[in-house]
Amino acid sequence: MLLELADQGLYCPAGSFHVDPWQPVNRAVITHAHSDHACRGSRHYLTSRQGGLVLRARLGDEAQIQTVEYGEQIDFDGVRVSLHPAGHVLGSSQVKIERQGEIWVVSGDYKLDADPTCSPFEPLRCHTFITEATFGLPIYRWPAQSDTFSAIHKWWQNNQKEGKASLLFAYSLGKAQRLLAGLEPSIGTVFTHGAIEHLTQAYRASGISLPTTIFVGGAPKNTNWSQALVLAPPSAQGTPWMRKLGDLSTAFASGWMQIRGARRRRSIDRGFVLSDHADWPGLLSAIRATGAERVWVTHGYTAVVARWLQENGLDAQPLQTQFAGETDDANEVLPLASQGTTVSSGEEKL
Amino acid sequence: MKYFASLYAELDETTKTNEKIAALTRYFSQVPPEDAVWAIHFLIGRRPRQVVATRKICEWAAVEAGVPEWLFGESYEAVGDLAETVALLLPAPAASSNLPLHDWVEQRLLPLRDQEESIQRENLLLAWRELDGQQRFVWNKLITGAFRVGVSQKLVIRGLAGASGLKDAVLAHRLMGDWEPTPEFYRHLLAQEGEDTDISRPYPFFLAYPLEEKVQALGLPEAWQAEWKWDGIRAQLIRRNSQTFLWSRGEELITERFPEPAGLGRLLPNGTVIDGEVVAWKSEKPLPFAQLQRRIGRKDLGKKILSEVPVVLLAYDILEDQGKDIRGQELHWRRDRLEALANQIPSNEALRISPVIKTQGWAELTAMRQQAREHGVEGIMLKRLNSLYGVGRQRGDWWKWKIEPFSVDAVLIYAQRGHGRRASLYTDYTFGVWDGDHLVPFAKAYSGLTDEEIHKVDAFVRRNTLEKFGPVRTVKPELVFELAFEAIQRSSRHKSGFAVRFPRMARWRTDKKIEEADTLDTIRALVGD
Repeated sequence: MLLELADQGLYCPAGSFHVDPWQPVNRAVITHAHSDHACRGSRHYLTSRQGGLVLRARLGDEAQIQTVEYGEQIDFDGVRVSLHPAGHVLGSSQVKIERQGEIWVVSGDYKLDADPTCSPFEPLRCHTFITEATFGLPIYRWPAQSDTFSAIHKWWQNNQKEGKASLLFAYSLGKAQRLLAGLEPSIGTVFTHGAIEHLTQAYRASGISLPTTIFVGGAPKNTNWSQALVLAPPSAQGTPWMRKLGDLSTAFASGWMQIRGARRRRSIDRGFVLSDHADWPGLLSAIRATGAERVWVTHGYTAVVARWLQENGLDAQPLQTQFAGETDDANEVLPLASQGTTVSSGEEKL
Repeated sequence: MKYFASLYAELDETTKTNEKIAALTRYFSQVPPEDAVWAIHFLIGRRPRQVVATRKICEWAAVEAGVPEWLFGESYEAVGDLAETVALLLPAPAASSNLPLHDWVEQRLLPLRDQEESIQRENLLLAWRELDGQQRFVWNKLITGAFRVGVSQKLVIRGLAGASGLKDAVLAHRLMGDWEPTPEFYRHLLAQEGEDTDISRPYPFFLAYPLEEKVQALGLPEAWQAEWKWDGIRAQLIRRNSQTFLWSRGEELITERFPEPAGLGRLLPNGTVIDGEVVAWKSEKPLPFAQLQRRIGRKDLGKKILSEVPVVLLAYDILEDQGKDIRGQELHWRRDRLEALANQIPSNEALRISPVIKTQGWAELTAMRQQAREHGVEGIMLKRLNSLYGVGRQRGDWWKWKIEPFSVDAVLIYAQRGHGRRASLYTDYTFGVWDGDHLVPFAKAYSGLTDEEIHKVDAFVRRNTLEKFGPVRTVKPELVFELAFEAIQRSSRHKSGFAVRFPRMARWRTDKKIEEADTLDTIRALVGD
């Protein structure tokens, strides 16, 4: 086996490296900077050039991070490793691992939908594909992005009319910037929570052009919040921070908002379906396109996706990992607001 | 259907009362009477019975969606709502129907019930293909008989009042009783003036608020009338045009199920409406509610049940006298009329006037309340003597002052997922008490915890599952809860040997270990043996 599941995470014995380990190791290949994939404390990190600054923002100045171009090959003791765009967030990669003609690909988190803030998902042929399955149920089929963005726009316009601030919750790494890039320019300056502003600057420094934002904490005293659109991480919900904005309408942009119950549980006014993960048809087509005969399913609805693949003739199995899927920060509230729990597998996550 | 589906979405998207009322007003101002009347019908909870079996809906939807049965099941578990699961799984619709609501209901939905299975299937698939996502969801809610959206009858009435300019109380009254969702009814409902032609129509019930403050806060005791709070079925007895109608508070006509109070009708003058409580009564005292339950839902009344569980009407108010609506008179005046009426008709054992509890003041009344259980009642009612008979639940004039519930410390032993808002969270719990050295299931409870506590218990359940039986998880006995309940009695159908009424979680006893939970002996003592 080119890869195996070790205590610290996925491990390549031949090349002596881990992919997205959840405990500190010697050499960590990082698919992207979300905290369940980028654990602090490893000695060496390897990530894509595009993701370098964002990973730095997450891991701190001390971390030793080596970056490579997409497609560039690195040799680890005869094992050839290259990173390829996964389309999830800026710099997110699939890891291609090749030894004596055998190819494995670890998907990390990925989506197939267009996203102006990161390179598009690149289909790769391989023998074994290790995939995520955050939204691995057929109830998850994403609506057209343009519909979601125009619904957000309408919501903001309506709030303006009623004199309410529009507070939109979104994960601070990836989703927030995708929203900024996709919102209609007529909204004007968007206000951001500190956690989002920090990462938005890292995006800009990485060469992604994003509209002007103003950090809420630094906004002028006379700011008229009743006309504003404010982006904040989900963890800000219900905190005193919100008081500053006065009368407001709340919304959450996430794939979980596909389900009515998920929105109602969070007690927010509106849910907008927008995900940085593949939906059910996306997962299946991506898996099929790899041509892989063996598929390991790491997180999300692992058992469901594995069973579906088995029934369709693939050698598939669920893997017990500690990846969480669409949650990006230990400080952030999980999609289901399951605060205080460690999320391990998909079944438990929703 | 389009308007109705978007009304549903609007109501569903906000928790703010004013926004809901505004959405309802907009809707009623926009649609024709034949649609509006169906909307009212559904919104106030008169939804149709299920027209297609759940099993069939799942089967046909799974085939149409191209998913195997197990995957449909997994999806359903994640969503927690059948109508929504089906709407999400079906292939994207090609169209969005413009057919109005009443056509969908009358031409498409109601006929489904009597159709042969193959035709039913064909028509259901046709409907799914014609409706867009939100419409499909609402349609599925209607065919599964599970239509529910977060509005009360009161809000619907306020929405209608906004659209029509009529008073809430007038609309509330006109919406009572039996009516057919026809455009004629809707026109009558919104008519500015006019005689009520429905002689069976009850008045909206006036409901009491629970008293949470000290009773002294109500001011002078002389201003109040105290009565026992009977544990039965709130009912209105109507005598008009030499016909008798007995209505429950759930607006069900229960005349035939309770012939004893219904028989009183013949003794009453035409144009009389009495408000009271149907109570199981024997040997000059009430029987437990569980006994009355044996009569509820039973249409064939044999001699045996009639003699074992006789019922009476404990009358406490009169709303119509000599054909006149007297709800605008003060309580003491109405009470005098009620007593006069009772004296004027031939005596009958099925009619009792709910006695007024005479005391010297709050202290004595507080002491009386402690004895409520011995009297077989739930507590005390306090009604302001000069109060008018209002509509619905209003704060200020009528209070229910219940006795403290029973309480028992029990251990969480099984958990199951909830539905709707709580789907995929473990929110439905079974609790055990000690029987020697093992825990025996004692009561189920779903309510009483805060959202935050629910999330904590949910996380505990996931980490501490010992076994799974279908949807039920056996969990490691570790968490202790204080359960509260209103009544307890022996039951051969329960493992513990006891059945409790309205159990809920009063508190999470994080300070208690499972060894400190209560035992069956404690519970036996509660029952009094």
